[in-house]
Amino acid sequence: MHMDKLTSCSPRLLAESLSGKRLLEEEILLPEKCFQVLLSTKQLISIPAIENQKGSAKCIRCGNTSAHYFSEYPCGICQRKHLYCRRCIQMGRISECKPLYIWNGAEVHWPNHPNPLTWEGKLTPAQSNAAAQLEQAVNEKLPACLCWAVCGAGKSEMLFPAITAALKQGKRIALASPRVDVIRELFPRLEQAFQDVTIEALYGGSEHQAGKSQLILATTHQLMRYYQAFDVLIIDEVDAFPFYLDKSLMYAAKQAAKKQSTTLYLTATPRKNFRLQMKLGKLPHVFVPLRYHGHLLPVPKLKLSFHLSSQLANKKLPAAFRKWLMNRQNHQRQLLIFVPKISMIEELKEAITLLLLQTGAISTTEELQAVYAADKDREAKIIQFRNRELHALITTTILERGVTFPSVDVVVLDAGHEVFNEAALVQIAGRAGRSADDPSGEVIFFHDGKTDPMEKARQMILDMNERGRKL
Amino acid sequence: MNYCVYCYERIENSLTWSTWLTVEKSQALCASCAGKLEMISGKRCKVCSRAWSSSICLDCQQWRELGDNIERNYSIFHYNDTIREIITQWKFRGDYLLREIFRNELKSAFENQFANNNASLTIVPIPLSESRMQERGFNQSLALAEMLDAPVKQVLRRKSGEKQAKKNRKARLKRDNPFSITEPLKQAALIVDDIYTTGTTVRQAAQLLRLHGCPAVYSLTIARS
Repeated sequence: MHMDKLTSCSPRLLAESLSGKRLLEEEILLPEKCFQVLLSTKQLISIPAIENQKGSAKCIRCGNTSAHYFSEYPCGICQRKHLYCRRCIQMGRISECKPLYIWNGAEVHWPNHPNPLTWEGKLTPAQSNAAAQLEQAVNEKLPACLCWAVCGAGKSEMLFPAITAALKQGKRIALASPRVDVIRELFPRLEQAFQDVTIEALYGGSEHQAGKSQLILATTHQLMRYYQAFDVLIIDEVDAFPFYLDKSLMYAAKQAAKKQSTTLYLTATPRKNFRLQMKLGKLPHVFVPLRYHGHLLPVPKLKLSFHLSSQLANKKLPAAFRKWLMNRQNHQRQLLIFVPKISMIEELKEAITLLLLQTGAISTTEELQAVYAADKDREAKIIQFRNRELHALITTTILERGVTFPSVDVVVLDAGHEVFNEAALVQIAGRAGRSADDPSGEVIFFHDGKTDPMEKARQMILDMNERGRKL
Repeated sequence: MNYCVYCYERIENSLTWSTWLTVEKSQALCASCAGKLEMISGKRCKVCSRAWSSSICLDCQQWRELGDNIERNYSIFHYNDTIREIITQWKFRGDYLLREIFRNELKSAFENQFANNNASLTIVPIPLSESRMQERGFNQSLALAEMLDAPVKQVLRRKSGEKQAKKNRKARLKRDNPFSITEPLKQAALIVDDIYTTGTTVRQAAQLLRLHGCPAVYSLTIARS
């Protein structure tokens, strides 16, 4: 996030670009003179970037405290050894040698927008119920509110009333997600919905941004540069990453929000600690149990297949899979096949191709492709699949969320594998039945022994459908 | 517990008779990351280490005609995407620890290629400009030199801070010598650096060293681009 070169040091511009942040000197693109003036007048003050007390260190920017994310280098400037943080090094190295700077000058007053919403769509009853509660949380300055919305509920629209309320009151808002896809997808939609408000999207690769707008969209990493900046913080897909990354998101969120602020959480699969807080009545929350098209979620079927994992290891496919392929309800639907490991993609691709050819699911080998995280053609293959140029796609958990295909059947091979936790399985099941034209779609978990996550995922979906039926 | 210094995957050291009985070199990279580095093997130019089918490549023949001032360069890896990314994170992001990735190979290249034939080699790092030092806090060339078991002398200094990576070959060859020398070196010198591209940097350093009485200059580099 580099600032535009601030040739004129107008006080308002300075405050807008520097307030609410903690930056390294190299991130403050000011003429040296101007920087020195700000320091000597205490409008900028420096704080240590690494706290190191009694041998336990903490990176002030990313909150890292684990020893194996710290390392040392012998400093050629001061001839001493310095700790540096390896966890957030992609954003410029945080070390004991260089301080962070925080703004201590005039406060910024963000404009009140009397009528910022330019979106003219309509929310479904389930959406507007949730939207009203989120709006209320902002108006009543509640510290937090969680929206538990099923996959495909249409959550961005649900945020519009809360964002509108905040903008009316001249508040500063950030929407953060651990997933860059989410930020990229939401940005144009928010620009459309709030056409007169300055909005910026910050993610790796969008680097040349000042980050000084009233409404900021940011990935977790980008959020780390902010400090007591936002009145309203919205965290989307709060559960989208493994726990340790979650922890850094939570740290960044806590640091970026003002002391008096409202945090809104959006998720389809809240973690245990959130569910516990909800149960104990400590976290205000709202459910959106129905999809925007008003249909219930497809419920996963658990299919037992003995010796499944050893069969897969020998590049053999379970008979149950063949049987299901022959008898599936709707052969027009595309097939999304999840496997637990990248290595299995290569091992099984041939066998799956053969089986799909034999059962007539595909007519040429080109109609099946495979994707994984490091695949260079990942985007292209996903687009091909969305355009129905491919009939079947084998994938790792990278496609578990964030992607929408209108009409698919979803298969998980070896659903008992440890990578498929409860949240992942709920998200995977959430890929089916996304469009109003084909709201059902089959979801099949092939396994060789039921696991807790499978049962719990199924139960979570059944519970949501139960709530949905009552609406 | 060991973690890959590059991807943080856990490194599993299987216990076999050979690993149990011998002192194993510690591994900085996991098998998957290590597999993405390509060692230069097979025939190479005996002067600059580029993969080459005959004994001296065309570039080096040209250097020879002009009167070359280095004996030879030895490079360890091909400059591929992975090593480029590693070096970027190490050098430009300042992730000092990543030098560990090169420790074992650098040491054995030094021992096999240089230590045996010439007992009194002095290692000379390529100096870093003042402004680079302010940014990064360490000199990558010195960081490599200090991993080797030989005396290190910082006898060179850089005149101005220009970013080498941003220059094309022509500009790099044309430019005046960016180094100055602080004291003459009377033993043979080994220059250690991260990347050998056109060989200009090494030769500019060598030119100064030779001019001030250094009998021979060799070079050892991590990657050959």
